[in-house]
Amino acid sequence: MTQYLEFEKPIAEIEAKAEELRALAAGEEGTDVLKEASQLDAKAADLLKSLYADLSPWRKCLVARHPQRPHCKDYIDRLFTEYTPLAGDRNFADDHAVMGGLARLDDTPVMVIGHEKGNDTKSRIERNFGMARPEGYRKAIRLMDMADRFGLPVITLVDTPGAYPGKGAEERGQSEAIARSTEKCLDLGVPLISVVIGEGGSGGAVAFATANRVAMLEHSIYSVISPEGCASILWKDAEKMREAAEALRLTAQNLRELGICDKIVKEPLGGAHRDPAAAIDAVGKALKGMLSELGDSDAKALRDGRRRKYLDLGSKGLAA
Amino acid sequence: MNWINNYVRPKINSLFSRREVPENLWTKCDECGTMLFHRELAHNLNVCTNCDHHMPIRARERLASLFDGGAFTEVPVPEPVADPLHFRDQKKYTDRLKDARRKTGERDAMLVAEGEIRRTPAIVAVQDFSFMGGSMSMYVGNAIVAAATRAVERKLPLVLFSAAGGARMQEGILGLMQMPRTTIAVQMLKEAGLPYIVVLTHPTTGGVTASYAMLGDVQIAEPNALIGFAGARVIEQTIGEKLPEGFQRAEYLLDHGMLDRVTSRIDLADELATIIRMLTGQPAPVKGDLPPPEEPTEIGPAMPPEVPEEPEAAQTK
Repeated sequence: MTQYLEFEKPIAEIEAKAEELRALAAGEEGTDVLKEASQLDAKAADLLKSLYADLSPWRKCLVARHPQRPHCKDYIDRLFTEYTPLAGDRNFADDHAVMGGLARLDDTPVMVIGHEKGNDTKSRIERNFGMARPEGYRKAIRLMDMADRFGLPVITLVDTPGAYPGKGAEERGQSEAIARSTEKCLDLGVPLISVVIGEGGSGGAVAFATANRVAMLEHSIYSVISPEGCASILWKDAEKMREAAEALRLTAQNLRELGICDKIVKEPLGGAHRDPAAAIDAVGKALKGMLSELGDSDAKALRDGRRRKYLDLGSKGLAA
Repeated sequence: MNWINNYVRPKINSLFSRREVPENLWTKCDECGTMLFHRELAHNLNVCTNCDHHMPIRARERLASLFDGGAFTEVPVPEPVADPLHFRDQKKYTDRLKDARRKTGERDAMLVAEGEIRRTPAIVAVQDFSFMGGSMSMYVGNAIVAAATRAVERKLPLVLFSAAGGARMQEGILGLMQMPRTTIAVQMLKEAGLPYIVVLTHPTTGGVTASYAMLGDVQIAEPNALIGFAGARVIEQTIGEKLPEGFQRAEYLLDHGMLDRVTSRIDLADELATIIRMLTGQPAPVKGDLPPPEEPTEIGPAMPPEVPEEPEAAQTK
């Protein structure tokens, strides 16, 4: 059962009506009622298409955060084989907001790391809603380092509201952990490919996504601050999140224009949550494409290429 | 007036308005309330002579206080694309920039200079909190890359003074992307075997702490400086409890293993020279204030330079 977003209410109503009609006509084939139901279906599909053809930045935020959107674990389960989770930062704890381990993409062994938000109340709490603590970043550093030593490409799946703002996280060096993780990304002599599958929340995302190639799902976002946070600081009113989302230019399309995102992966009509398998397969195809682009590069070329990408950023702004 | 007005407001005001009342010869210490004579305070680098409280110091004054005889050469910083996102909140970003430039007399939130500290040549980058809260912009990123590039060219150490609330929201994702960019600058220094020393000053938070400000070979902080990733208010709201006394202050971080040292501003120049000289195998420094080097390249201007003309001034978008 699809959970509808606020702006999808009209679609929800039409689809519910069609459902009702079908229930009415149960067992009676070929009646006018059924015909009407399928007309309603077509109407709903049209509406969905036109709504999603031009999503505002704020609506994209809502889609990117949709509770039914496929998360890191769904991608790992469907795209990879022999996934072997590796746990712990060897210092303090294992952070369940970050999952990672060895896996095969087709036959190629890789290291896959990502933020996991969870998909029900229990798992969301266990995963801390995808907000990593220092241990999460330090686990990622450890896994990236291992991949580097054994020549495995690293794939990161980014989906986090941001790093966890907690007392313990600060005391154990949240800033340092993020800084070192970004540094490790830049250091790798193996390909690093990152896909923003939902929310790319600030420093918590940068720590994973400082990659040779960054792909973003069509309705994913990547931002310096959440629209709500930005609105409360610059507009002094958290309710101005729509304006803030607009001003921040946080959509995949904006980031593609700015050169931060290298590839946009198209989502099924109505967002990834309407057809998770199709969305995940599209990401798989994009990953393989990007990996083969980098296949022949040696360690130095990969490192240099990554540096060039980031040093050159900002040489052009958005078109007026 | 209640205690909040008495205690919190002056602190906030002092961050922004201190320099705008030159006719006022006396400054009240934000911490202990002692009235301090302006010349005495300046001579003491804006550190209260009574209670040692470290008040804000402008970037240019910091450079002058650090280098022998106040002599330094500014390292040019490449100008980034202006207002790349055409950002506008209640005010246009270009207008905010213009205001900040007029108010501070500086181009943006970071100055880079080359000079000698106790006869120890070094590149020094100083973040200016009075310029839009020191926020990490593309210009700040360019300044750090320029500082590292110059340090590598001259085989000199880099000392960086951080002070910022985080990345500049008005540059959106491009502000955030200064995290990897500045990290690359730090890597350039490491590969060249050059010391990178960070001095964290009040306040250093957000994406700045989570990138170049936490990657120093040696991490020093000024006393009582606020240093952290998330803001205390956000943390309190998240965990639903009050934070302990001194949370996210320099001494607290020192206790939790995040810093090497907490050092008074008065002793910084000596300490930096001492550390740099040991890391680079030079003999012990001569300590104390020194005249400018024999061949000073240029005396740092005592007053901020003229505000450069705005190339984008005509833009009305």
